[in-house]
Amino acid sequence: MSFVGHQPPPIFKRGPAPTARLFAFVTVCLVLLVADLRFRYLEVMRDALSVVTYPVQMAAATPADFVLNASHYFATLIEVQRENADLRRQQLSSGERLLRFELLELENQRLRELLDMSRRVEVKSIAADILYNAPDPFARKVILDRGAQQGVEAGLAVVDAKGVVGQVTRVHPVQSEVTLLTDRNQSIPVSVLRNGVRGVLFGSGQGGLEMRFVLADADVREGDQLVTSGLDGVFVPGLPVAKVVGVDRASDAFARIECEPLAAIETSVQVLVIGRTAYPPPPPALDARER
Amino acid sequence: MQPTHRSSRILQPAKLWFVYFSLFLALGLEYIPSGRVPGIPDWVPLVLAIWCVREPLRVGMGVGFVFGLLVDVGQGAAMGQHALAYVVLAYFANAAARRVLWFPLLQQALHMLPLFVLTQVLMVAVRLLAGAEFPGWSYFLSSLSNALLWAPLSILLMLPQYQPVDRDDNRPI
Repeated sequence: MSFVGHQPPPIFKRGPAPTARLFAFVTVCLVLLVADLRFRYLEVMRDALSVVTYPVQMAAATPADFVLNASHYFATLIEVQRENADLRRQQLSSGERLLRFELLELENQRLRELLDMSRRVEVKSIAADILYNAPDPFARKVILDRGAQQGVEAGLAVVDAKGVVGQVTRVHPVQSEVTLLTDRNQSIPVSVLRNGVRGVLFGSGQGGLEMRFVLADADVREGDQLVTSGLDGVFVPGLPVAKVVGVDRASDAFARIECEPLAAIETSVQVLVIGRTAYPPPPPALDARER
Repeated sequence: MQPTHRSSRILQPAKLWFVYFSLFLALGLEYIPSGRVPGIPDWVPLVLAIWCVREPLRVGMGVGFVFGLLVDVGQGAAMGQHALAYVVLAYFANAAARRVLWFPLLQQALHMLPLFVLTQVLMVAVRLLAGAEFPGWSYFLSSLSNALLWAPLSILLMLPQYQPVDRDDNRPI
């Protein structure tokens, strides 16, 4: 309050002090980080902001697409012929296996009807191309060229010709983001094909996989094949995932089981998005005594 | 507009639409899928730092916050990761503005290099705390390329401000 009765003109007015503003912004950022990383509250905000970023992203991806397509276009004829021959051979062998598979599926269905068991859920699949690695350098993720418009949903499994590659973690209208199995925060419930021992497979962070929560005396050997157990209700059971390459029982109550992915996780280009058409019913609620 | 000590010329104030246009252009460059090639410059913090140094009264932490969020969304990173880093970058760049501009461009780049490294260190710290894996030391190469691009990009972004107030047809520059 100045004594001539009016406020001085705002020559030096710059709002709150920079340090105060810094603290305010940093606090907001930390709240956002915790809300996103810990509680996953911010998907709505992400979707809203992607309205702004999506056109820019599409525009930015165009030159990269062009360069990639040009290099495909100039692949030599010999390479294409060789690839074609390979594919013919593969198709022949897989066609024969497919014939047997159809027969077996029919037989399986009949046997299940005889035993009065519930039908196996049908599987839906969407073919997709991997466009590029996701730009976030802290995670092992890739971007697919199929999105919500083609029926991709978050949680579906992504496989290549040899096994599971990863899981769809975020879906955009015409693209989707897949977290690879080798990412440290990705896990997949598996069972040993030979005897059905169950465990959970985690990315180790260096491109390998690690099977955790298996007791030290469990029957898991080097060379065993791991398939998805389907116990999560998300993955289709029976997809090949990994091979055991090392078992260390000395360390702990749990065995340290190192595994190697079967799929060409970091290099595959064409993949299939696979999911259940129906999800299993939710588990029955625990009664108060058990809780 | 502040002069560098090389040119004592007083430049015109930057037009606000040009500031935001260049920032959106940087955003577009940031979104170009480049795979995991190390040393790709981070365009948004670079352009943001240039404007924070040149126009400290108009471009600051608020702009850094908004563009940080846009980069977060576009890259699929943790929400607030880039925003936090850019806010801190804008704070220090604003604070350094009065000092840095008295140096020639190459020495300005030396002043800015630690800021770019700090930006990246903040992001690494945030993600490591959240349980991600370390992206490798080559991740920090982009700070170096940012510092190398400081001089050319400063000249490029200052060009429109070199226009005289009264255009004289006999002296086009």
